[in-house]
Amino acid sequence: MTELLVPLLLTFISLYALIRKQDVYTLLLTGAREGLSTLLSIAPSLIMLLTGISMLRSSGFFTWMAQALAPVFRFLGMPPELAPLMLVRPVSGSAALAVGAELMRTYGVDSLIGKTAAVMLGSTETTFYTLSVYFGSAGIRATRHTVLAALLADFTGFFMACLTARLFLT
Amino acid sequence: MSYIWLFFLFASLVCGLLTDQVSGLSGAAMQGAQQGVELCLSLCGALCLWSGAARVMKKSGLTQKLSRVLSPFLSRIFPETCRDAEARGYLCANITANLLGLGSAATPMGVSCVRRMQTLSQTPARAGNEMCRLIVMNTASVQLLPTTVAALRASLGAGSPFEILPAVWVSSVCSVSVGLLAAMALEDAA
Repeated sequence: MTELLVPLLLTFISLYALIRKQDVYTLLLTGAREGLSTLLSIAPSLIMLLTGISMLRSSGFFTWMAQALAPVFRFLGMPPELAPLMLVRPVSGSAALAVGAELMRTYGVDSLIGKTAAVMLGSTETTFYTLSVYFGSAGIRATRHTVLAALLADFTGFFMACLTARLFLT
Repeated sequence: MSYIWLFFLFASLVCGLLTDQVSGLSGAAMQGAQQGVELCLSLCGALCLWSGAARVMKKSGLTQKLSRVLSPFLSRIFPETCRDAEARGYLCANITANLLGLGSAATPMGVSCVRRMQTLSQTPARAGNEMCRLIVMNTASVQLLPTTVAALRASLGAGSPFEILPAVWVSSVCSVSVGLLAAMALEDAA
């Protein structure tokens, strides 16, 4: 079922636009150009962050941290290997993408850890970045309970990612 | 970000010295940079494809249609905001863009919505209840198609890149619900 989703979706979108008398192909190209500029804007930070993460990994930092946090994660039924991803996810989107790619490469993209990392990336957001953009651009000083609620949502996302990956993807 | 970068460097130096693995660091730095370029190249195709599809949806009015489907659900969570036509428009556009995984389109719409909420409120420097709900919703992702992750999985040779969808949906719904419930529960306390 999920294999058919992408081709069907693309066909439906294009057909609908064609019926509404839109120049589908030109629109696709305009969008693709936007995609390129998005990539260009995140590329420098992806390269720098992967450099940093690669150094951290070879220094044994992640192994050490995963060991330190392992009891907590094991108690909650979460694989300790994913600790670096959960720590970096709320802070930086491109760093999380880099850590996730590294995990998938190390443990295998179709391994449970690789899949859990993918679900985590797909079901959470860069919380602190989003918070700073919203509050910063509106000049709000009293943020009240927003940070706490957002972090609770993140934690639920991580926990459920571990649970659903184990239930649906093994 | 500068602090995070320096933290990376310090932590790897200290850990490398402690575990006697400093010799690998310079090689790891160069390898990491190269992996960054490879990651960008492998993401490029899928990113362009989905941005193109999103553009087609926007121009053909499909995005707008989706936001109309959402409005009964939205008026329940954001009753005050939905009473104002301008704020409601921004709100719908924000949620729809989030659902489609268009973060770059969602943020400007969400910020416009927050600004509009401010002009409607008596205390603009303080986050209102519905403003908190909106921001919490934006910090917890509600994506129908997590295209970037699927692109990453595809680039690393996954059997079926989109097989994570059901798990992503269930996790997203749970995290958004917990976020919204927590926001509502804490409203009176904070």
